[in-house]
Amino acid sequence: MTDTELIWRLAGGSGDGMDSTGQAFEKALMRMGLSVFSHRHYPSRIRGGHTYFEVRAGPEKVRSRGDGYNFLLALGDSFARNPQEDQPAYYGEEEVKPLSENLDDLREGGVIVYDEGMLDDEDIADIELDERAEENDWHVYPIDLRTIAREHGREIMRNTAGVGATAALIGMDTEPVEQLMEGRMSDEILEDNLTVLEEAYDQVAEMDHTHDLEVPEGSHEADQVLVSGSQAVAYGALDAGCRFIAGYPMTPWTDVFTIMSQNLPAFGGIAEQVEDEIAAASLAIGASHAGAKAMSGSSGGGFALMSEPLGLAEMTETPIVLVEAMRAGPSTGMPTKPEQGDLEHVLYTSQGDSNRVVFAPGTVEECYEQARDAFHVAYDYQIPVTLVIDQKLSGEITNVDEALFDREPDPSLGSVLTEAEVAEASHHESGVFDRYQYDPENDDGVSPRSIPGQQDGRFLATGNEHTPQGHIEEDPDNRVFQMDRRMRKLESIREELADFRNPHDSFYGPDDAEYGIMTWGSQQGTVEEAVDRLNDGGHSVKALSVSDLMPYPKEEVTDLLESVEECLVVEMNASAQFRGLTQKELGRFGEKLSSLLKYNGNPFEPAEIVEGFEIQVNGGGEAPSAQTRIEPATGD
Amino acid sequence: MSAFSAIGEEAEIDREEFTPGIEPQATWCPGCGDFGVLKALKQAAPEVGLTPDEILLVTGIGCSGKLNSYFDSYGYHSIHGRALPVARASKLANPGLTVLAAGGDGDGYGIGGNHFMHTARENHDMVYIVFNNEIFGLTKGQTSPTSPKGHKSKTQPQGSAKDPVRPLSLGLTSGASYIARTAAVNPRQAGEILAEAIEHDGFAHIDFLTQCPTWNKDAKQYVPYVDVQDSDDYDFDVHDRREAAEMMQETEDVLNEGTVLTGRFYVEEDRPSYQQEKIDQGQMPEEPLAERYFDDDAEWERTADELIARHR
Ligand SMILES: Cc1ncc(C[n+]2csc(CCOP(=O)(O)OP(=O)(O)O)c2C)c(N)n1
Ligand code: SF4
Ligand SMILES: [Mg+2]
Repeated sequence: MTDTELIWRLAGGSGDGMDSTGQAFEKALMRMGLSVFSHRHYPSRIRGGHTYFEVRAGPEKVRSRGDGYNFLLALGDSFARNPQEDQPAYYGEEEVKPLSENLDDLREGGVIVYDEGMLDDEDIADIELDERAEENDWHVYPIDLRTIAREHGREIMRNTAGVGATAALIGMDTEPVEQLMEGRMSDEILEDNLTVLEEAYDQVAEMDHTHDLEVPEGSHEADQVLVSGSQAVAYGALDAGCRFIAGYPMTPWTDVFTIMSQNLPAFGGIAEQVEDEIAAASLAIGASHAGAKAMSGSSGGGFALMSEPLGLAEMTETPIVLVEAMRAGPSTGMPTKPEQGDLEHVLYTSQGDSNRVVFAPGTVEECYEQARDAFHVAYDYQIPVTLVIDQKLSGEITNVDEALFDREPDPSLGSVLTEAEVAEASHHESGVFDRYQYDPENDDGVSPRSIPGQQDGRFLATGNEHTPQGHIEEDPDNRVFQMDRRMRKLESIREELADFRNPHDSFYGPDDAEYGIMTWGSQQGTVEEAVDRLNDGGHSVKALSVSDLMPYPKEEVTDLLESVEECLVVEMNASAQFRGLTQKELGRFGEKLSSLLKYNGNPFEPAEIVEGFEIQVNGGGEAPSAQTRIEPATGD
Repeated sequence: MSAFSAIGEEAEIDREEFTPGIEPQATWCPGCGDFGVLKALKQAAPEVGLTPDEILLVTGIGCSGKLNSYFDSYGYHSIHGRALPVARASKLANPGLTVLAAGGDGDGYGIGGNHFMHTARENHDMVYIVFNNEIFGLTKGQTSPTSPKGHKSKTQPQGSAKDPVRPLSLGLTSGASYIARTAAVNPRQAGEILAEAIEHDGFAHIDFLTQCPTWNKDAKQYVPYVDVQDSDDYDFDVHDRREAAEMMQETEDVLNEGTVLTGRFYVEEDRPSYQQEKIDQGQMPEEPLAERYFDDDAEWERTADELIARHR
């Protein structure tokens, strides 16, 4: 086997401390000069159940989790046991699942390490491991990680033993792993872990090795840091001057909320965990109204509760930033599984015509950039901005240039007046500040606001239609003026987005390609990897990954669609929501747009996109072998 | 120097300065109790030395929600039931502001009941006026959470089978640190209670009986009222939670039998307000957050300096 990349899967019970072990291993690989990308698979329960942490590492930029994987470290599930030995396990025969359930995706020639201390011969015979290994040319190393851990430290250090075994098998220097342990442990715990690591390494290094998978070599041109999508969103918000968050926990939004809550006090800010999401969004509005940069967010169900406050922010022109971290729906759906099923929800929820901005970053870098941009746009244009991410992007961890973060903070409140400016500004004869002016000369639609407490800045903010002073008013002329002005802001934003330093919508592949693939949000990297493979395989394809969902980038998409013969729209939902949006926005191209959809709870793998594309260009007759669905173009 | 010079400015002003020039005459129905709240507020605000630009009056939706259309200050007319979460965040962002929240009995004890419970327990330093007319006024007379059992309306044609909410008891168990009931028919007491509530450092809940002659009651039904502090028939310690609880129970029991008890029911002076707790625990800056955004010399933390090292 000659894989030039390592895709290492650490499988065990959730609750077995796999995140910290996995992330430390990933960071060690990054420090060795490799590009890394990790994917986290969870069951929707606290302890036990089949779960894994997967790291892909290679010398080139890693854009996705890849297809399958080539190294399995199966720890067994320590929580699957019933402490009463004569009783059955709490939830079926799960001890063996970290091993058995991961075999389907293991590549031919792959390596398996399992914890002999957790699984006996009978377990192994039951799952026919030997037969399957023979068929697939897998190299199996049973190692008693549990005993190594117990003898040289404590049983929970099985993870460390597993990392030592991995390093010995792939020829990896353990020094970066040791350094990371020294950074996060101390005293006896550190000593024991170091010993367990070394013991496992030595024992396994002495074994006969039959495989030839090795850790790849690489080097970085610039300093790298390991960051997740959620961290990037939160850091973007902090660097944009956000100092107020209100939220209510819901997976996967909880990640962003937690990171913000942990850091805001030290950043001089305020974090509030409140009674529900209606309150959360309303608090963000109240804080922003009183002169702070504020955010809130949730996942699908909680975001649904934010609908009415979201509309209030539109009508009162109170800037806020919301995060919607999607998970598979409808209803409670599959709480720990990614999906892109909330696009229409985010675009249209709340009564009346939508007057909001929606960005869907596609990569960890974009999470940071677009979180900053979200605040900039929200506060300059006095409009709610929603960042849509999903469980895939929020949990994926990858290396990015450290320089990405080395930027000036942006604490500007945008179109806000100082007290001196308020004094000069136009007022109603009654003394009320003209907060909502609709001067037709003012073509960007923005009317600067005052902040409560400023002398002579008082006005009424109301969710009812209102006059320039905020006074409730249903006069038809006033209504049309105010509506038109608010809607005009979207056009101004569309223009500004087109000039951004970092365009939100990324083209990938040769300009003159014959075919197109379009996607939005978190599938960007996977689509780009598929495009590379398709072009290497003799096809002529380019991709456009869209982040601006409202206002929609009509020009870019039109350019793409005019230049290609056909375009496959790739998204993780069942009703082709982004394709629908595209047709609604552009009013044409229906005959060119087909869809590749996936909604089984797992994100796309590049091979699935390659397969879907090939079926589609060959007339779309076949059914994909993957759990994906092709939706033909209208009129096909 | 503060970016908000209206805050804390000492000024002797006339109550008429709180009458807005745009719509000086409120358009509630003649005889509506809501006028009584407006009047009391115009009395209390100058009494405690407030000026229009340092007050943020946040309301919900209902006839009551129109209060800030007729009171000249910064106003936020939010959505049905959500005045409290908007209001309390404004106070956190700028504790210098005097934050008042107001809404109806449906707004505060029904659709917004969850926010009432939590805002009270957190003890935010603000006043919450509930216009309790025992009816949904704006939507034309449906049964509300405080309507008495048996109350008939178009949506409860056979009469409500529900016991009404006990507003004062609810405020107490939730954690409000100042609880009073007053009535529109008693403007003097209302003004005094409002002034006290504004000066109280914590969550002050005022259940304000506001007759709705159009859909429910005429004012006579709240007369005669009894001030429990002035009456010899009632003797309890307003600082004692248990005695207060008992007094509240009785007050709620007799309201619909025609005995209208008003006054202060619970006052807890030593409990720190929520923002004070947060400041003491290092969870909130001492300087108002809003000031920082206007301070050109403020230093802003960067993730590059504070957080990135751990990602290397
Ligand atoms: C979410 C929502 N549901 C329902 C309504 C309709 N609505 C407006 S005011 C109101 C009730 C008003 O009763 P109350 O809160 O007691 O205020 P009042 O008019 O009596 O002062 C209702 C049901 C609304 N505006 N929003
Ligand atoms: S309907 Fe009732 S509450 Fe509303 S304004 Fe008229 S009298 Fe007042
Ligand atoms: Mg009412």
